[in-house]
Amino acid sequence: MATVAPHRVRPGRSVELGLLALALALGVSAYALVGLAETGTLPADIFGYGAGLVGLSVGLHLVLRWRAPYADPVILPTVVALNGLGLAMIYRIDLAYEARERAAGFAERQLGWTALGMVLAAVVLVLLRDHRTLRRYTYTAMVVGLALIVLPLVPGLGTEINGARIWIRVAGNSFQPAEIGKIVLAVFFAGYLVTNRDTLALAGPKVLGLQLPRPRDLGPILLAWAASLAVLVLERDLGTSLLFFGLFVGMLYLATERISWVAIGLALFVGGALLASRVFTHVGDRFDAWLHPFDDANFNAEFGGSGQLVRGLYGLANGGLFGTGWGQGRPDLVPWAESDFIVASLGEELGLTGLLAILVLYLVLAQRGLRTAIGVRDGFGKLFAGGMAFVVAFQCFVVVGGVTRLIPLTGLTMPFLAYGGSSLLANWVIVALLLRISDSARRPASELAAPGGPGDDDVPDAVTGPAPAGSDQATELIDVRPS
Amino acid sequence: MSELTITLLRLGYLVLLWLFVLAAIGVLRRDLYGTKIVNRRLRRAERTVSPAVTAPPPAPGRPGPIPRREVNPRRLVVTAGPLRGTTLPLSTSAILIGRAPSCTLVLDDDYSSSRHARVFPQDGDWWVEDLGSTNGTFLGRERVTEPTPVRPGTQIRVGQSTLELQR
Repeated sequence: MATVAPHRVRPGRSVELGLLALALALGVSAYALVGLAETGTLPADIFGYGAGLVGLSVGLHLVLRWRAPYADPVILPTVVALNGLGLAMIYRIDLAYEARERAAGFAERQLGWTALGMVLAAVVLVLLRDHRTLRRYTYTAMVVGLALIVLPLVPGLGTEINGARIWIRVAGNSFQPAEIGKIVLAVFFAGYLVTNRDTLALAGPKVLGLQLPRPRDLGPILLAWAASLAVLVLERDLGTSLLFFGLFVGMLYLATERISWVAIGLALFVGGALLASRVFTHVGDRFDAWLHPFDDANFNAEFGGSGQLVRGLYGLANGGLFGTGWGQGRPDLVPWAESDFIVASLGEELGLTGLLAILVLYLVLAQRGLRTAIGVRDGFGKLFAGGMAFVVAFQCFVVVGGVTRLIPLTGLTMPFLAYGGSSLLANWVIVALLLRISDSARRPASELAAPGGPGDDDVPDAVTGPAPAGSDQATELIDVRPS
Repeated sequence: MSELTITLLRLGYLVLLWLFVLAAIGVLRRDLYGTKIVNRRLRRAERTVSPAVTAPPPAPGRPGPIPRREVNPRRLVVTAGPLRGTTLPLSTSAILIGRAPSCTLVLDDDYSSSRHARVFPQDGDWWVEDLGSTNGTFLGRERVTEPTPVRPGTQIRVGQSTLELQR
């Protein structure tokens, strides 16, 4: 016989500062090593770069001390380390491109986006005092999310790059609205599923040990499937389509705990993908390049060939167990080495040892997200945090699986590592939201009730009776005072 | 730069990378927050041992101090049913009992409703209220039809589980 007693939680801000110092050391020393290897001296702007990175990270750390003192201490250092590794690798590829007189300048832009992303994360943490506020905007989020997805189809606004129509051009910068769309849609999925999960988890017929849902409850999953197929057909992007459908199925599973939804989702997706590979040549080419990458016809194909994939594999092989070292490999031989194939570039220069460390960092990040989901008291927060953690892990799987030829290559970005402003901004917002939710997950109940504390609800008086803490029924009162 | 320096820097960087990873995992290991499982038998064994060591037995002829009677119960204990042994600390907020995952005490019990009953503090007392459950909530032998004050030690029956307020 055992009893369960609440455990005292330490805020862990000093632990976070210590880890942050290590993470910054990783980023700055990588930058210095790249300079040493390429030019023989330290990069001229190493001190400015280091000071900028330290300033931004410590600034975010101070915002956490101020606004979310109980936030998870591991999330921020992990993300800073990943972002620093990505910046160093992009700078390294930049130098290689310059040496070959190709278009460069990715590193500066990525640095700008990093700064913007961290400031945006701080703004989210300061403005959003309680994640439950987001639940009010469940159906607004649906409309906004769908609008963001179809935005690239608007003539004059959307642009087509390399066959996929997922960018919009605003003031000279191209931007992927779907990256922000995935956060907005996760708000909608969480709000919708927390209200309707009882219906979706209702018992239906049981087949082969699987508890199937009733046929009439299949509506939402079919709708999500059709929408992601529409993205695939109209915007011709496998990655975005896969991401949205995966997010929906993942959150559906989180909400209902029914394996059958995963089975149905997988069956629908495999069916859709097979159909698409027959009907659309650009999807079919991806399959050919995946299954037969070493065929001459596939390797030399101008579009949708396997040249990039095979060069990436050779890069990984060149790296071996311990890698060539920063600046010693030739990752620039792979097309899109700074964005789609940054994993192969890192694998070449850091080797399997380094790449595994990076994957463990992603694992830690996803685990902290899921742990937050377990710890938080309201159902909306649980689903939302779980969904965000799932998105990060899912993107990693799809990208690393594609680069290592486990699954067909799709155009998703590696969170925090790959070059791309919209992806970086979106992922920093995800981190801010996870930190916000983890703050309320780890905050002791006594402080939650204390008036004046962040995220305080109105303490109900004795006449009306206290509201059940952490209830997430459809009638939940969300009472957040504007700060 | 010599070949040796390059190799040392290369391997040194990998060491630094793994140092960070292991430090992060070390924090996670220490940070398994949430709940602590206490084995009751061990604690009872400790309790039977400790008074003998710390407190001398009361002098004969003098009655021991009368235990101070606390007015407020401090915890809700499941005394029978699948969750037997579960303890919930009582605070200022109400406790929702039922099958829905959003309840404070989630019963995996076909005989309870999704939102079955509520135990809440009011005017210094704890009250139990049935939330329109199918099979009803019983206080002792009486079916609860309206919010009823609960005395510590009285049995509250919800589905197959029996709960009790304890000091």
